[in-house]
Amino acid sequence: MDTELRVDARGLACPLPVVKTKKAIENIDSGKVVAIVDNTVARDNIMKLAQGLSLPVDVVADGTDFILSIMKGGGVAVAEPETGSEAAVLPERSGKNVVILFQADTIGRPEQELGDVLAKSFLYALTECTPTPRTLIFLNGGVRLTCTGSEALPSLKTLEVQGVEILSCGTCLDYLELKGELEVGTVSNMFSIIEKLMAADKVITVG
Amino acid sequence: MLRDLPMLSDSRLLVGHETSDDAAVYRLRPDLALIQTVDFFTPVVDDPFLYGQIAAANALSDIYAMGGSPLLALNIVCFPSCLDPGILRDILCGGAQKVKEAGGLLAGGHSIDDNEPKYGLAVTGTVKPEEVWSNATAVPGDVLVLTKPIGTGLFLTANKVDLASEDEFAVVCTSMAELNAAAAKAAREVGASACTDITGFGLMGHVYELALASQVLVQIYLDAVPLFAGAVDLARQGLVPAATYRNRDSLETKVSLPPGLPASMSDLLFDPQTSGGLLLSVPASQSTSLLAALRQRGIQAAAIGEVKAVQPDEPLLKVL
Repeated sequence: MDTELRVDARGLACPLPVVKTKKAIENIDSGKVVAIVDNTVARDNIMKLAQGLSLPVDVVADGTDFILSIMKGGGVAVAEPETGSEAAVLPERSGKNVVILFQADTIGRPEQELGDVLAKSFLYALTECTPTPRTLIFLNGGVRLTCTGSEALPSLKTLEVQGVEILSCGTCLDYLELKGELEVGTVSNMFSIIEKLMAADKVITVG
Repeated sequence: MLRDLPMLSDSRLLVGHETSDDAAVYRLRPDLALIQTVDFFTPVVDDPFLYGQIAAANALSDIYAMGGSPLLALNIVCFPSCLDPGILRDILCGGAQKVKEAGGLLAGGHSIDDNEPKYGLAVTGTVKPEEVWSNATAVPGDVLVLTKPIGTGLFLTANKVDLASEDEFAVVCTSMAELNAAAAKAAREVGASACTDITGFGLMGHVYELALASQVLVQIYLDAVPLFAGAVDLARQGLVPAATYRNRDSLETKVSLPPGLPASMSDLLFDPQTSGGLLLSVPASQSTSLLAALRQRGIQAAAIGEVKAVQPDEPLLKVL
C-alpha cells in the first residue's frame, strides 16, 4: 500500500502552498502527495516543483480548486500505520507520530496571565524543536490560539510551513463565535480529531 | 489604468505617462528640465536598514533612467504605531544614506500610521532637456546593455520562507541596494540613445515597453542575459512570485519566445525586479566601450540584445 500525504493549501498566500508541498514530499520516502490549492499561481508553482524534482504530477480541477497528485519513488510501498483513513500519513523519518492537544489557550493554574505567556512561549519553543509534532489539535478555549488576536500566530504559521498539521475544533469555534476568525490551519470535526488521536504514537495534552 | 486619465498636452512636459516611461520630465528653462518620480513598497528584507537602502536605491533609479541627477528627496513612510520606533529609524537611516551617496538632499517627508510598513521616496532631479534619456528613442542598429543580473523576485519569494541560500541572497541584496548612478555615468560618457530601468514588469515587460515606445523590434539573446546565481534553481522549486504570472499573461501575445524554452527561464524573463539595473540602448559601435566603462566601475553588465527595424507580421520583442 502506498503512502499518501495530503496538503490542503487552500487560502494560503504564495509561496506557502509550494513550501508545504515540498515539505510533504521530503517527508515521505515513496508514495503520493496530494495537494489542494485554490489558485493558478499555487497550481503552476507546485507543478514546477514536481517537474524540478523529476516527479510525475497529475492535475485535476475541482470546482474552483485544483488537486495535484505527485508520485514519489516509483510507487514503492512503505510500511505505515493502519489508520483506515484515506489520507493516512507516514511518521517522519526522524521521529514518532506525536499529537499535541490544547484544551485551553493558557497553560496551568492558577495564574492566568502567566499561563498566557507560557502557552505563547511553548508554541514558540516548538518551532525550534526537531522533530516537530505531526499534529496540533485545539479544543475548547484552545481555539483562541489559532484565531485573530492570538500572539501565538507567528509561531503557529511557522509550524504550519514546517509541515505540522493544525486543527481547530469546529464546534468550539462556533460556540465561542470565532468561526470567521481562524487565522491558521483548518477547521476539524470530532471524528477526524479522534482519528488523529487514535493513530498517534504519543499524545501530549496541554492546557 | 492610466489610459482613463485625461491626456496631457503641454509643450513643457517632455515626458509624461503616455510612453510608460520611468518618470515625468518638465522643461523649466531651455537648458534645464525637472524630473519627478515616486516609488515605495512593503519590506522586502528583514533588516530595516537594508530595506531602507533598497527602497531608496529603487526610487532614485528612475532619475538615473531618465539621464538625470537627483536633487531633492522626500521620505514616504507608512508605519504601525505599535512597532518599535527604532525599526523606523533604521529604515530611514538606510534611505538617507543612499540619498546622500546619490548626491541628493533628503529634505523631509510624510508619515502615516498603517498596519503594514511601507517606505520609499519622492525624488526630484534635474537634467538638460537635450540629455533626457527616454525609453522611446531606441533606434535600429542599437545594442541593448543590462547593468544588473535578474532574479530578485524569485529570491525575495524564497527568502520569505527561508529557502534562499544565505550567500546567494547576500549577493542579490548588495545588488538591490546598489545605486544605478555609476552605470548612468558610464553611459553618459559613452552616449546612449535610450534608457529605462528594469523593475516590477520584469525584463520582458520593460524591454517590450521600450520597443513599443520606440517603435522598433528588439531581439534578446537568452544566453546573454545575466542571472543571479541560484535563481534558476529557485524557479525549478516553484518559488515564483504571483507577479511573474501577471507579467507573462499581459505580454503573452506580444512576445515571441523560443520553442522549448524551459519554464525556469521563462520565469526569469518575466520575474519582477526590485531595484533592477538600467537597460541602455547604445549604437552598436559604442557598445564595446560602454561595456568596458561599466566593467571598469565594477558593474556586472552584459550586452543582451539588438534593436532592429519593425517587421510586418512580427512581434516587437523576440527572444532567441
